[in-house]
Amino acid sequence: MERHYMDSKIKGVSTGVSNVNYVCSKTINKLIQVHDRIFCCIAGSLADAQAVTKTAKFQISLHSIQMESPPLVKAAASVMKELCYNNKEELQAGFITAGWDKKKGPQVYTVALGGMLLSLPFTIGGSGSTYIYGYTDAKYKPDMSREECLQFATNALALAMGRDNVSGGVAHLVVITEGGVEHVVIPGDKLPKFHDE
Amino acid sequence: MLEESTESEWQSEVKTGTTIIAVEFNGGVVLGSDSRVSAGETVVNRVMNKLSLLHDKIYCALSGSAADAQTIAEMVNYQLDVHSIEIGEDPQVRSAATLVKNISYKYKEELSAHLIVAGWDRRGGGQVFVTLNGLLSRQPFAVGGSGSSYVYGFVDAEYQKGMSKEDCQQFVVNTISLAMSRDGSSGGVAYLVTIDEKGAEEKCILGNELPTFYDQ
Repeated sequence: MERHYMDSKIKGVSTGVSNVNYVCSKTINKLIQVHDRIFCCIAGSLADAQAVTKTAKFQISLHSIQMESPPLVKAAASVMKELCYNNKEELQAGFITAGWDKKKGPQVYTVALGGMLLSLPFTIGGSGSTYIYGYTDAKYKPDMSREECLQFATNALALAMGRDNVSGGVAHLVVITEGGVEHVVIPGDKLPKFHDE
Repeated sequence: MLEESTESEWQSEVKTGTTIIAVEFNGGVVLGSDSRVSAGETVVNRVMNKLSLLHDKIYCALSGSAADAQTIAEMVNYQLDVHSIEIGEDPQVRSAATLVKNISYKYKEELSAHLIVAGWDRRGGGQVFVTLNGLLSRQPFAVGGSGSSYVYGFVDAEYQKGMSKEDCQQFVVNTISLAMSRDGSSGGVAYLVTIDEKGAEEKCILGNELPTFYDQ
C-alpha cells in the first residue's frame, strides 16, 4: 500500500485562460486524457495545444490497438514530441505528459516549446511556473507519499496563481496510479493561503 | 568570431541581472544579494557586492543597470550625510527611502535601476522599503532583480512574521541560493548584511558553502 502511493504521479494545473489582457474563461480543464492511464497538461496557446492533443490522442489509440497493449508513457510523450518538433515554426505550446505503465511505473515527461523531450522526477510549466521554480526546487523530495505529493502540487499551484496574473480560477489535480485515475478539483477559495492573504 | 563577441560585449550595457532580497525580523533587517554583474552574455564581475551603505544602519540593495544603481546610491549616501548632520541624529530609514524614491521618480525615463532600501532606526525598528519606478512602499520583505521571479513562490510560502535573526538569515540565504541556481544572470557568492540596534554586520558566503537542494 505504501509503495503504491509513493509511486503515484500527481499532475495539477490551474484553469485561467486569457486573450491578451482579457480572461476568456476561468474554468478550463488543462488536463487532457490521452489514454486510460496517461494525461497531458497543456500550456501556451491553448488553440495549438488542443489541436496537438486531439491528434496525439488519435495516434496513441491507434498505436495501442496495433500493439495490443496499453501504450507506454514514453510512447505517448514521443508522439507529442514529434508533432511539436515537426511543426515547431507554427506551434506555440508546451506539454507535460505523465502517467503510469506496466514497464516503468509512474513517469513524467516534458515536451518544451521547440520539441525537446525530457524525462524528469517532477516538472512545472506555463507562465506561472517561473514564480515557483524556487519553491519546487526547495520542497521536492523523492519518494513522497500520495498525500505529501498532493499537498506539494496544491501548494505550488496556489503560490503560482497568487503571483501570475494570467493563472487562476480553479485548480485541477489528477492522481494516476496502477489502480486508476482520480480527479481532485479545488476551487480558488479552498486553496491553501500563505502569509499575505 | 572573436571580433563579433568583443563588439557585442562593449555594446551591451552592464546590468546587475540579479537577485536581491531584504527581510524584516524581530529587531532588525537582513539584506542579501548575489554577486554577478553581466554585460550581455559575459560576466564582467563575479564578486560584486550589491549591498551598498547609505548610512551606518541603512543599506540598499542594487539591481538593474549597474551604473544607474551605483550612482543613485552614492548620491543618496551624500544627501543622507548632510541630512543627518542637519537633524543632529541618525536618519530614519523612511528618509533614506524617500531620497532614493525622489531620484528614481524624477529621472524615471532615463534610469533603469531598482533599489531596495532597508535598515534600522530608533522610531520604527527594522524596516524594508521598495522604490521600484519611483513608488515608495514599506513591506515586511521584498525581493528584486531578474532572479526574483523564480523565488516569489518560495518566499510567499516560507516567510513568517517575527522570525528570529538566525532564521531570517537562513531564509535569505536559501532564497538567494535557489534563485542563483535557476537564473542565468545571478550567481557567484552571496552577500548578507544584518542590521539591528547594535549596528550592521556584513557577511560573505562562498559558493560551496551555500545550501543545496535535492538536485545538487
